[in-house]
This record gives sequence, C-alpha cells and structure tokens, in this order.
Amino acid sequence: MTGATFGEAADAGLRYVEDFRDEKLARTLAEAIVREVEPGREYAIMEFCGGHTHAIFRHGVQDLVPDNVRYVHGPGCPVCVLPVPRLDAAIALAEEHDVILCTYADMMRVPASRKKSLMKARANGADVRMVYSALDALAVARDNPEREVVFFAIGFETTTPPTAVALLQARAEGLRNFSVFCNHVLTPAAIHHLLGDPADAGDREKVRIDGFLGPSHVSAVIGHAPYEEPARLYRKPVVIAGFEPLDVMQSTLMLVRQINAGECRVQNQYVRAVTREGNRKAQALVNKVFRVREIFEWRGLGWVPNSALAIQPEYAGLDAEERFAIHHSGGRDVKGCECPAILRGVKKPTDCRLFGTVCTPENPQGSCMVSSEGSCAAYWTYGRFRERAAGGEGARP
Amino acid sequence: MCLAIPARIEMVAEGADSATVSLGGVRKEISLALVEGVGVGDYVLVHVGFALQRISEEEAARTLALMREGGVLEEALAEMAGEEHPTAGEARS
Ligand code: SF4
Repeated sequence: MTGATFGEAADAGLRYVEDFRDEKLARTLAEAIVREVEPGREYAIMEFCGGHTHAIFRHGVQDLVPDNVRYVHGPGCPVCVLPVPRLDAAIALAEEHDVILCTYADMMRVPASRKKSLMKARANGADVRMVYSALDALAVARDNPEREVVFFAIGFETTTPPTAVALLQARAEGLRNFSVFCNHVLTPAAIHHLLGDPADAGDREKVRIDGFLGPSHVSAVIGHAPYEEPARLYRKPVVIAGFEPLDVMQSTLMLVRQINAGECRVQNQYVRAVTREGNRKAQALVNKVFRVREIFEWRGLGWVPNSALAIQPEYAGLDAEERFAIHHSGGRDVKGCECPAILRGVKKPTDCRLFGTVCTPENPQGSCMVSSEGSCAAYWTYGRFRERAAGGEGARP
Repeated sequence: MCLAIPARIEMVAEGADSATVSLGGVRKEISLALVEGVGVGDYVLVHVGFALQRISEEEAARTLALMREGGVLEEALAEMAGEEHPTAGEARS
C-alpha cells in the first residue's frame, strides 16, 4: 500500500476497501456505519492517539464513513504536546549546565525558542545523545562517572513505566551522576480537559466532541477503568480501539450506536490487549516513584490540572528539577504555527498557512510536523493534501 | 516514540530481568521488568526497550504484517538498532 493511493481521495465511497486485509469485513463495517448513522446528525469523533490518526489517513477511513461522521485529531502525540519552555529547559541543561542529555530520537528536531532544537544544540557542541531506552541512559551514566547525565523523559503512560524502572535501577546501583528531567503526562486528565467546562479553557475555543476513540497501548498499561469518570461526567462515550483500520471502523460503529442511544459507556474494542485493570505491575512501579503534579503546561491545551507526573520527594536526588536550576523560558511556538489549535482539535493542518510551504518534514516549524505521530506529518505523509498546499485541485479538506 | 513492536523472546537472562528478542535480523536485549511470567517463545509488545505486555502469536503476526505493509517496520527496526530516522513516517502510540 502506498501513500500515493490517497492522492486522489476526492470521491468518497468504498474504493479503498480492496486495500484492506479483510476486504469483506471492511465493506460490512462500512455498510453498517452508513446504515446506522442518522442523517442530519453530526458525529464528531476524536481519536486521541497519533497512532489512530495515522491509521485513519493511511487507509482512507474518513472516505469510508458518511460525511456526517468526522474524525477530529486529538493531542495524543507525546512529542507534540511538550510545550516549548520545557524543551528550552532541556536544551539549557545541555548547554548551560554541561550535562550529557539523553533523549529519545523524536525530540531531536522539535523547534524550540529562538530557532533552536536539540539537534542544533548538538551541532554547536552540546553533548546530546539519542537513546532507544531509558536503560541506555543509565549505561551512559555508568560509562561517564565524571559527568552529570540527565535523561529527558517524555511520553504518555506507555513510556512512563520504563522511566520508573530506570529510576529504581539508578537508586539500587547508587548512581550519583544520573537524574531524570520528568515530563510524563496523563491521558485521562487531557480527556477531562478537552471535555470539561469551556470556562476552564480561558479564551481558547473548544472543539465539539461526541465520542472518543480511546488509546490502545496506553490503555494496555492503565486499563480502561480510568476513562469511566470522564465518560460519565461529561456524558460522552469512549471506545478503546486497536490500531488496525478495521479496529478503527468497528470502534466507530460502536460509538455511533452509543451516540444514537444517548449512552456514555466505556467500551473496549481492543480486547486482544486491553483489560479493565491494565498492567498492575507497571502501575505499581509508576506509583512508587512518581506523584501527580498539581498543574502542567501542554502545548495546545495550556495549563492542565493533575495532568502530569513529577518524581516523588523520596527520589529527589534523581530529579533533574531538584538538582539543577530550571527556568521557565516563556518561549512560544513559531509565529504562524497552528500546532496549539491543531492539538485541541479546533484546526486542521491545512488551516495553517505554513503547511507544505514553509513547513515540511524536512524543515519542520512545529512539533506536529516533526513527530511521526503528529497530525501535520500524517497529512503530509499520506499525500492527499499536498496538491492543495501546492495550489492544485482535487483534495478536499 | 510510541512504537510498540511485537517480538518473540529468544533467550531469558538468568536473574537479570531481561531477555533477548530477535526481529527482522535485529537482536536486542529488552527489559522484562514490567511483565510477569513470560518465557522463551512468548510474544511481547516491545516499547522503548521494555516488554509492555504479552500478546498472542496471532496478534503478533497480524501486527507485524500490518506494520510491514505500512512501511513502519523499517522505521521501528532502525529505532531499535539505534539509528536516526530523520523524517516523519508512521507510528503507533
Ligand atoms: S504545518 Fe507546521 S507550522 Fe503549521 S501547524 Fe503544522 S507543524 Fe505548525
């Protein structure tokens, strides 16, 4: 399957079904959705995860569902939601405090303030190293006992337990030159925020959401119980969905049915990997070393209460925020970049004047174009909007 | 970043809470700290060097085939092997 298939996505219908692994099932699901949606009713479905955004684009799922079923892309891209000041702080750790900064590769090219990035900091001599795993950062600390080594920890609940293991391991080994700059964030808090009182959002516009496609791998860790409260509180259905296009379609049908019936339950389509309780062992490790922060800034969502983790005081010696003076840079996104509005679901990448012209994956201006999970990267990679960016015909928003 | 790849456990290190998985010719040591009771021959979802959970062989095969089709597998393997993947591709969170 190639991205080019989606270049001429103008006419809706079932033409892409042949690309599906199980063509017959895809067709049956598409027909069921068409049959069950009530004409004249809007179904705004937010897919929280970047992984779902990609499945939807890659397989043209939007074209298989009726026009009044709309996928709204959510903030579930860990690289995308890290706000500029936290990235500035990481760069400052490497440049001013002269630490070895270990980071996941995805962060390297995200634009920070003053046209900086970790990549550029490294080119200018800062010691920034890419690691595959938090444990690799520990190895760097072992190999460089005379240097301070900081692991730049980012990510949702899937990536948090590995950081917890690294912290516990560092404690057990008595590593004195290792610490973690913790930026882990919490999915259910973001869902609360997206659905909650518009007054909480300040002057920011809120997106309409009728139901959620819930994250799959995040839910494998936390289980699906944590979504029950927001679903009940804001009366919105949540369906935990797998990453295959057929999973997305089946979950869409489940949401359509709940919306029609006025229900707001948490359902689990991804029973292959997710249980209500999740991975207890991982949760216990996370609770041991992390506590919930009162408030944390997200790119796009702003300051969200109880939405991120910090290191427990008991492990303060391993907390980079305790060991180094970290300042809030007040840095903002590149002028014209619509990432914040895109992450809230109120704008699309094609609403950004920089999309495909100034901003491309080769020369990203915002996090949503850098990360392989970002919406701008998805729009770009799957081609269907390129013509439009180039001023051509044939693509629809 | 959020890539989780299914892999088969080839070898379990005695007392070290780690295992060797092999995928597409890449051998990698991963941590078993987050899972319980997995052994040689089991399939696990691997995320940033950790087995996140056990999955069935069928689920592993399905996911791998899908990732290969979507061109994601190469990126995932490169990430596992510690190479840079400079441009946006595809991922699962
Ligand atoms: S296209 Fe680029 S500049 Fe525009 S919102 Fe996306 S990442 Fe930001």
